[in-house]
Amino acid sequence: MTIEAQYGVPTVAVHTDKFDRVVRSVASVNGMPGLQQVFVPQPVMGKSARELRAYVDGNDPLTGRLVMQEVIEGLTRPFDDEDLKPVEFDRSTPRLCAPDTEENLHRLFLENNWTDTLPIVLPTEERVAAMLAHTHRKADEVVGHMRPTYFREYWEYTVEKVAVNAVMAGARPEYLPVILALAATGASARGSTTSSMAAMAVVNGPIRHEIQMNSGTGAMAPYNHANATIGRAYGLLSQNLQGGSVPGLTYMGSQGNNYAYNSVTFAENEERSPWEAFHVQQGFKPTDSTVSVFTGCRSTAFTLGLREKHWREHVRNMLRGMDPHIPPTLLLDPITARQFIDRGGFRTKATLIDWLYDNARMPASEYWDYQLVQNYLYPRATFGEEPWASKLKAAPDELIRMFRREDIHVVVVGGETNGYWRIMGCTYQKTVSVDEWR
Amino acid sequence: MGMNDKLTVLNPIGFAPTVTRKELAPRLDTLDGKTVYLVDCRFDDSDVFLKQMQAWFAEHMPGVRTVFKPISSVYLKDDPTTWEEIRARGHAAVVGVGH
Repeated sequence: MTIEAQYGVPTVAVHTDKFDRVVRSVASVNGMPGLQQVFVPQPVMGKSARELRAYVDGNDPLTGRLVMQEVIEGLTRPFDDEDLKPVEFDRSTPRLCAPDTEENLHRLFLENNWTDTLPIVLPTEERVAAMLAHTHRKADEVVGHMRPTYFREYWEYTVEKVAVNAVMAGARPEYLPVILALAATGASARGSTTSSMAAMAVVNGPIRHEIQMNSGTGAMAPYNHANATIGRAYGLLSQNLQGGSVPGLTYMGSQGNNYAYNSVTFAENEERSPWEAFHVQQGFKPTDSTVSVFTGCRSTAFTLGLREKHWREHVRNMLRGMDPHIPPTLLLDPITARQFIDRGGFRTKATLIDWLYDNARMPASEYWDYQLVQNYLYPRATFGEEPWASKLKAAPDELIRMFRREDIHVVVVGGETNGYWRIMGCTYQKTVSVDEWR
Repeated sequence: MGMNDKLTVLNPIGFAPTVTRKELAPRLDTLDGKTVYLVDCRFDDSDVFLKQMQAWFAEHMPGVRTVFKPISSVYLKDDPTTWEEIRARGHAAVVGVGH
């Protein structure tokens, strides 16, 4: 789109056929519905040169016409009136839905893809007003902007729109400041990526107790109203305020992700943690209330405790099992957090992170051959961006670091019924003040 | 409240930006004698695919000069250096492969 619109070069874009609806939609909302697009079969990844030559010689699976004929026509055929017609479609958002019965409204919300398909609480004016009473912010104040993927346009949303989605999720009004802070991150919990990511939200500070969030036994399970509904609200507001999350159109996660039901939302167990709280690490005061957002949650590794003889090897094995494109965040039960001090002498989270950074390694040849490293890190290395450019100079057998130090994190959560702990593969996005949204 | 009573509820959807039309570039009369950039978005195995397309042009339309051009970094980053090169030295572009 950039080459065509900003640089004036006639362009054809080639895509795989699974992305038909999404790429046509992206072109339209970017004001270029006439963009010339040609399709080949899915997948391209992993196919041999001979197989891909067959794609070139073959037909567009959507039109049945020759791929190369479409490419050449796309560059040479003059545009007709259909291609050049004005871009006009109604994108306004009414404040209210048309009055209807409760049953019909539930059906409307479900059929419009405004829910996570579980029953919702209908956002009546009374319920939304009760929600809004728990923030000093004005209902029409803009909270932020969000989009499901890089190529789509940002949508905008107000305090009232966030409150509507909070009601739908079943959240209590006193949770609203946390939900507004989540919306203010601008980080979507409904990313469109084919990799089926989910988000994770960690709450710190006094708000945890004020709204009775759980940081102990079962904190990441469905046993606490605040944890459950705040996380659900984060998902609903993401899909509705960014312009949708519809499979094949604005959501392309191939397998999907159950974490997305409530975005792994919990409070850190600051009281039982031997270390400083996560938000303090990010520059906030212990008395501040915050929420921190991580995205890209897909993989977890777990084990029980740290064995005296081989704990180092066990942790290294867990790290080696991760895709090196997505860094580790350790979710430690307080028992295991103290074990890391007893076994390794890590008296701060920072010293533990130093050790993880230095011990997560793999041979350079294996590292560079990961598909996601090829897609996202190798191009940056060849562009001269560090630390990847230096890694590119390593010999094939050299053990190179898998992650950047600043991307590794540690959060303490759990009720000490045992020392189970896990590593979540995810990317830290930001920490936002809850207090500013009270 | 009865089952047939009507409720008024708020719409949960955010506010979309206004769509403004972007002009498409004029098409070429012919590709013969022209330079077509085959722009590799460096995603999955798009380079292998575009090199096969380059071979197709060499076999079937030898009057077309093709340039295989990987973008400078990842597709998530704008690449004005490459776009300027295409505008200065090329006449058309094929970008792929979006998966």
